[in-house]
Amino acid sequence: MNKSMFKLAGVAVVVGALALTGCGTRGGASAESSASGSAAAANKVAKIGVIAPLSGDLSALGLGIKNSVDLAIKQANESKAIPGWTLELAAEDDQATPDVGKNAATKLASDDAVVGVVGTLNSSVAQSVIPVLSAASIAQVSPANTNPSLTKGEDLANPKRPYANYFRTCTTDAVQGPFAAQYLLETGIKKVATIHDKKTYGQGLVDNFTTAFKAGGGEIVAAETINPDDKDFSAVITKVKAASPEAIYYGGEYPQAGPLSKQAKAAGLTVPLMGGDGIYDGNFIKLGGSAGDLATSVGAPVDTLESAKAFVSAYTAGGYSEPYAAYGAYSYDAANAIINALKVSLASATDAKSARQATIDAFAKVSFDGATGKVGFDEFGDSVSRVLTVYKVDGTEWKAEKTGELK
Amino acid sequence: MDLFFQQLINGLSLGALYALIAVGYTVVYGIVQLINFAHGEIFMVGAFGAYATWMVMGQPANLSVGMALGVVLPLMLVGGVVSSVVVALLTERVAYRPLRNAPRLAPLISAIGVSVFLQEFVRLFYGTIPFVTRIPGWPDAKSAVPFPSISGISDASVQIGGVLVQASALFTLLALVVCTVFLWFFVNRTKTGRAMVATSQDPDTARLMGINVDRVIVAAFAVGAGLAAIAGVAHGLRYGNIDFRMGFLAGLKAFTAAVLGGIGNINGAVVGGLVLGVVEALASNYLGTTAWKDVWAFALLILVLVFRPQGLLGAKVVDRA
Repeated sequence: MNKSMFKLAGVAVVVGALALTGCGTRGGASAESSASGSAAAANKVAKIGVIAPLSGDLSALGLGIKNSVDLAIKQANESKAIPGWTLELAAEDDQATPDVGKNAATKLASDDAVVGVVGTLNSSVAQSVIPVLSAASIAQVSPANTNPSLTKGEDLANPKRPYANYFRTCTTDAVQGPFAAQYLLETGIKKVATIHDKKTYGQGLVDNFTTAFKAGGGEIVAAETINPDDKDFSAVITKVKAASPEAIYYGGEYPQAGPLSKQAKAAGLTVPLMGGDGIYDGNFIKLGGSAGDLATSVGAPVDTLESAKAFVSAYTAGGYSEPYAAYGAYSYDAANAIINALKVSLASATDAKSARQATIDAFAKVSFDGATGKVGFDEFGDSVSRVLTVYKVDGTEWKAEKTGELK
Repeated sequence: MDLFFQQLINGLSLGALYALIAVGYTVVYGIVQLINFAHGEIFMVGAFGAYATWMVMGQPANLSVGMALGVVLPLMLVGGVVSSVVVALLTERVAYRPLRNAPRLAPLISAIGVSVFLQEFVRLFYGTIPFVTRIPGWPDAKSAVPFPSISGISDASVQIGGVLVQASALFTLLALVVCTVFLWFFVNRTKTGRAMVATSQDPDTARLMGINVDRVIVAAFAVGAGLAAIAGVAHGLRYGNIDFRMGFLAGLKAFTAAVLGGIGNINGAVVGGLVLGVVEALASNYLGTTAWKDVWAFALLILVLVFRPQGLLGAKVVDRA
């Protein structure tokens, strides 16, 4: 592909896309359409942080998050969504590691201009990031954390919100795992082996899947784990194969899931591997995911959803070198949720830091039509949307198989 | 019973990888008493070197088996070995030789530094090595890189009764056998090899006898690196992808294998690697869930060290070789 040609075409498209689909449609920003877009010198600066893996195995997902937030910020500045203020992006790499994430959060919290943060990708990283941002009263919106305990506390039977500053635009494992179970049972699969990577996300997903799958009359024939650093899964595959499952349900992410699927097929275990949103990425297929493998992901397919088309075309026009990946649209919505809250909180604020608590308070009223559908938050900070989609590997790409709500 | 043999094959092929890497720990330790913690990264560099060779060849894909096994794979092995050996000798020259007479801990810390350096170097700069950026499709190493598949190895397998043996597992085992024979020949039948034995027994006397100890040390690093590179290629073929962190855990396990077999002892490294691999595979099947496999592997290590501190075959049999 000729990159420079592509870029030239991109510039041409960006003008059109922004004019046609730009920010006016996002929650009634005051559209000063003829404005040049550049901020006046007197504007005060507020920053929206991003904490996501920008390097390492999961960088494909993390860079998609960063770019999508960047796009939302650019559009907001262009449309002067918040009069008198210019928004800036402050992206930090968490390397998908809780410790690094905590440092990133501390760095952002000490920057007085930061009023909101989009992130993290990993639930395990969120567990160490949320307390830091909470202490500094900075609103955090995750596009990707699916662990239920982050919003409902450890005891899910008696949910109690642990942190008032934490929100998310994606659905949770409490919905995703059972949705996968429902799909497998509907397709006539009754015997499943589960494998997870012992991380917060993987284990939570498998637990929720297992409960729902058993309740629906299915049987878990083997429950195994892998070490995320391992490369050789032959022992676990041999063991799972002996239990002759009709499918494998994997809780974890694509860097392990891809090779796991490849090694399973090579070892003669030719049943589909199903996972959650953590394996719904093109890299899963590149690393060995094969035809027939399944993944659930939150929301309806971005590229078919009417409300998402504006996002996709603006992203394409933005000339980002990485794809928006699995969480792009959710990150874009997360950033716009913060921007919507800022419209209220920054209106009367003298400086960014004093508006932090007001921003969190303003989230209760945030409601708009985003790239993934209706964006809003319930009393726990969870997304009001419960729509999920099952995707299937077809050749070298993911194809939407079934979209629905959890029954 | 099929299950047992299947896990045995799994364990042997995993153990063969450990063994190939473990030899590098053991030869270097036998001669300079240095635990070269950067050796896992030399293994990783070998895999990336082989990948680079394949890219430079023009990413040949879908070849006939003869072409793949006769031309492409050998060239990749050579490319991997050359890059590993060059990097290993550079680290020896830069990070270890200046510390030859320093207290023991200094080169150990230096080795850990080299390990971190190599990981980060590959992560940050593999994608931007200047003379290769013109090759289209050259990946950066910030996330896992799919390793090319070689016809006849990557997707082939043999069914023996109820046991499925993958060609990649056979390749790894075959590589270990060939390398062990080569090592035996090298250590016992060549001048450099015998100089290595002499140096490991008594470096000072060896020097008095006219042996160039620096050259012997270089040879030890080179041999270890070459074997690690072969392991790197075998790893890529077996698991289908390589990444900048692959050397860390593999290196740790291989070091464990070297200690298990008796550090300083080449045969011990081979036996230790195989035992460790087999224990991991069988333990995942028969002793609890797979989550426990590392527990059993290290429990075995502790047991062996309690009752036989010199390792399974005894440390430094090189002495008597």
